[in-house]
Amino acid sequence: MRLLNLKPDKTWSFVLAALPFFLLIGAYMVGSDLRLTTNPNDKLLPSFGAMAEAFKHMALQPDPRSGIYLMWNDTLSSLSLLLTALAISTLIALVFGILIGLLPVAGATFGPVVAVASMVPPLALLPILFIVMGLGDAAKISLIVIGTTLKLTRDMALRVQDLPREQLIKAQTLGASTWQIGTRVVLPQMLPRLIDTVRLELGPAWLFLIAAEAIAADAGLGYRIFLVRRYLAMDVIIPYVIWITILAFLMDLGLRFLQRRAFPWFAGAREA
Amino acid sequence: MNRSVKSFLKGAVAAAASFALVLPAAHAAEKKDFKVAWSIYVGWMPWGYAADTGIVKKWADKYGITIEVKQFNDYVESINQYTAGAFDAVTLTNMDGLSIPAAGGVDTTAVIVGDFSNGNDAVILKGKDKLEDIKGQTVNLVEFSVSHYLLARALESIKLAEKDVKVLNTSDADMASAYKTADVTAVVTWKPIVSTILEDKDAKKVFDSSQIPGEIIDLMVANTEVLKDNPKFGKALVGIWYDTMKALAADKAAKEHMAKASGTDVAGFDEQLATTKLFSEPKDALAFVNGPDIKTTTERVSTFLFDKALLGKDAKEAGAIGVEFPDKSVFGDKANVKLRYDATFMQAAADGNL
Repeated sequence: MRLLNLKPDKTWSFVLAALPFFLLIGAYMVGSDLRLTTNPNDKLLPSFGAMAEAFKHMALQPDPRSGIYLMWNDTLSSLSLLLTALAISTLIALVFGILIGLLPVAGATFGPVVAVASMVPPLALLPILFIVMGLGDAAKISLIVIGTTLKLTRDMALRVQDLPREQLIKAQTLGASTWQIGTRVVLPQMLPRLIDTVRLELGPAWLFLIAAEAIAADAGLGYRIFLVRRYLAMDVIIPYVIWITILAFLMDLGLRFLQRRAFPWFAGAREA
Repeated sequence: MNRSVKSFLKGAVAAAASFALVLPAAHAAEKKDFKVAWSIYVGWMPWGYAADTGIVKKWADKYGITIEVKQFNDYVESINQYTAGAFDAVTLTNMDGLSIPAAGGVDTTAVIVGDFSNGNDAVILKGKDKLEDIKGQTVNLVEFSVSHYLLARALESIKLAEKDVKVLNTSDADMASAYKTADVTAVVTWKPIVSTILEDKDAKKVFDSSQIPGEIIDLMVANTEVLKDNPKFGKALVGIWYDTMKALAADKAAKEHMAKASGTDVAGFDEQLATTKLFSEPKDALAFVNGPDIKTTTERVSTFLFDKALLGKDAKEAGAIGVEFPDKSVFGDKANVKLRYDATFMQAAADGNL
C-alpha cells in the first residue's frame, strides 16, 4: 500500500495527535530533572510541581500586597483590550472592505492607500503611538487596530470581488439598488468569511497586545511575563504562556462555533 | 485501545525520555575557556575597551586561558544567561545579583567591586521641585530594578511608602519618549536617560543616588564553583580591570573609545563619570568592601527584595539568602549563602601578586 493511502483509524488518530504533546512534555521533564538535581533552586526549567504552586499563587490566592487575584486581573485587562480592539477593527474592515470591493469608485480611492499602509510594520509605529496617544490603553488598542484592520480590510475587499459577477447582475435585473445589493446580497455572504479572516488575525492581535504591554502597563498577561522575566521566574512565565495559548485556542473555537451556528449554509457549502 | 497502540505508546514514552532537552549547566572543574557577559553602562564600559584593545587577551595569555567577552544590549538578558549557566561571569548590581542568580540558587561571588552610583540614578518630577510632591502621582519606572529601590529609599526619606504613589512599569528603552507625553509626570531612571530627560525645562531632579551613596553597587561577579576550581580566571579578571582603569586615567583615547561605545561623546561620558564613584585603585575598592556600610546596605536591599517577594516564594525572612562578606561574617541564612563578596583577588592586585 502506498503511504499516501494509509489512513489512521479513530484510535490511531488520537494517539498520533497526542504523541507530539507527550514527547514535548517528556523531554521537558527530563531536562528539568537534570537541571534540578544539580541545582535544586534552578529557575530555568521549573518542575511541574513548582509551576502548579506558582499558578496557585497567581490564580487561586489573592496577592498579599494588593488583595487581587493577579492572573484573573491580568486576563481581564488583556482580554478587554484585545476584544475592544478586535471589535473596532472588524467593524472598520467590514464597512471599508465591502465598499472597496463593491464600488469601483471607493476601490480607486481607498484601495491603493490600504495596500500601501498594510505594508507598514505596526510594531515600528509603537514608539510613535506612545508619544501621540500616551502610555495608556488608547495606544495599545490603536496598535492592535492598526495591526489587524488593514489586512482584514484587504481580505474583505478581495472576497467581495470573488463573488460571482452573475449574482450582482441578477440582483440588478431584479431591480435592486446599490444599497440593497450591498446589504442584502453582499453583506450576508461576507459575514461568515469575515469570521474566517478574524480567526487568522487572532495570532497577530495577541502579538501586538503583548508587545504593547511589555513597554508600559500595570496589569495584563504580557505585562506580567515581562515583569517576572526580570528575576527569571519561569514558573510563572510558562503557565502564563500556556494560559495565553488556551485563551487564543478558545477564541478560535468560539468563532468557529459561531460560524457554524449562525451560518450553517456556509459550512455546508464548504464541505460540499 | 488495541495492542499495537499500547506497544507504540510504550515506545513513544521511552523515546521522549531519551529525547532530553539538556541546557548547558555551569559545570565546575578546571577548564581553559571562559565567557564573560557585560552590558552598556558607564561603570562597565571598560570591559568593552579591554576586549577591543587586547588587555583581555594579554591577561588571558598570561594565565594560559581564553576569555571571551560578550556585550549584551539587554542587561537583564545578560544576567539571565549567566544564571542559566551559559556565562561564567557577568556585570550586575548588588541588588540584581541577589534577586536573580543568588535567588536562582547559583552561588555567585563578587570578584570586582567596580563602582557605586553616586547620582547616576534619579527621581525626576515634571514641573514640581520638591520630592514631597510625588505623593499621589503615577511613577514610571522599571519595576523591581534599582530605580524601584531608589524610589523606595526616596519615599522612606520623607516618611511616605510605596502605597502613596502608583508605580507603572515602563521599559527603560521608552522612558525618555514616555516622559514627553502629557500623562507622565514622575519617572525614576538612570543615566544616560536621566540626562536626556533633564534637558527638558520642566524636568526637576528631586532625589538621586548620591543621597544614598554606596547602596547601588556595580560588580563583576563570577560563578563561585568555577572560581574555586579556576582561581586563574579571577586573577585575570582583576588584572584586566585595573589595567583598564589605568588606561582610562592616563589615555585620552581610552575615554574616547568608551564614550563612543556608549553612544555619547567625551563630555557626555565625563558627565556620567562625575556621578559614578569609580574605584580606580584596588585599595579604594578594598576599603569599601571591607567597610561596615556594605553590610547595612545588604540588609536594606535584602529587606526591599523580600518585601517584593523577589527572594523566592519559600523565603520566610529578609535573610533567606545568605550574603558573605570578606571577613567571612554572613548576613542572613548561613546554610544558604549564595552571594559572596570576596576581596582576595582585589587584595592580590593591591599587593602586586597577580
